[in-house]
Amino acid sequence: MSKKIGIVRFLGTNCDDDVMKWVINSGYQADYLWFQDQFDITDFEQIILPGGFSYGDYLRCGAMAARSPVMKSVAEFAKTGKAVLGICNGFQILCEAGLLPGALIRNESLKFKDEWSELNVSEDNKFYGSKLKKNQTLKLPIAHGDGKYYNSADGLKKIQDQNQIWLTYKNNPNGAMLNIAGLVSETGNVFGLMPHPERAVYHWMGSSDGQYFL
Amino acid sequence: MKYGIKIMPREVILDTQGRVVQNYLETQGFKIGNCRIGKFIEIHLNSDLDSKNEIQKMMLAGLYNPLIETYEIFDV
Repeated sequence: MSKKIGIVRFLGTNCDDDVMKWVINSGYQADYLWFQDQFDITDFEQIILPGGFSYGDYLRCGAMAARSPVMKSVAEFAKTGKAVLGICNGFQILCEAGLLPGALIRNESLKFKDEWSELNVSEDNKFYGSKLKKNQTLKLPIAHGDGKYYNSADGLKKIQDQNQIWLTYKNNPNGAMLNIAGLVSETGNVFGLMPHPERAVYHWMGSSDGQYFL
Repeated sequence: MKYGIKIMPREVILDTQGRVVQNYLETQGFKIGNCRIGKFIEIHLNSDLDSKNEIQKMMLAGLYNPLIETYEIFDV
């Protein structure tokens, strides 16, 4: 049986259906997970936090979603070593939840950026080993107002030393430190990226590089 | 009891919003040293039993992000 993926929905999530179609069309099973509920972590092989504007982006992007009941289960799930992927707002939520280091703050230009981005894969890892290789170039769309990666000097040194920088922008669109577009956790199984792989799955979409992220 | 919480971006954070407002004010002829923009939250508690402690707990529950922000609590 193909692997089963849990797709988390918060109030304000808006990429959930796109992620569901991407997962199903890739031959996997999937269920939605509601933000007010906890779930049985043995039911899934992977969890995806889709993009959107959870809690209206109020207070800080992802801040309140990160402290909702479903995230207790996501944290337990992550401890088992299985893969968690946060896309855009999902990345912001993972940072706010402390599952990834740092924070995503307002784009340096103050503008919402909705455009294609060229990316570089900075590190190999066991989950994407055969699909995403170090130095591979990717084309994925971004769509965010708060995508500038920030961390303290010590924090940046730590993620560099531990090879946690997963994806970088070729032409930094938001002022992100070290051109960071995506990170992986110290444990190597929690991933976050600002670009949207689910929006680039077939050639007619402009790129099919998103398919590598499942 | 009513409390006010001032939350400001840390000095090391490039406060783009503050910079835009500073530029605007300078175009209006004002001389500005530095302009930074944060947020202010007013919270009205029904009980005053250990209420400042309650506000501190709220800060730790996510009202601010210590990596990028600082805060001050005021009696309002």
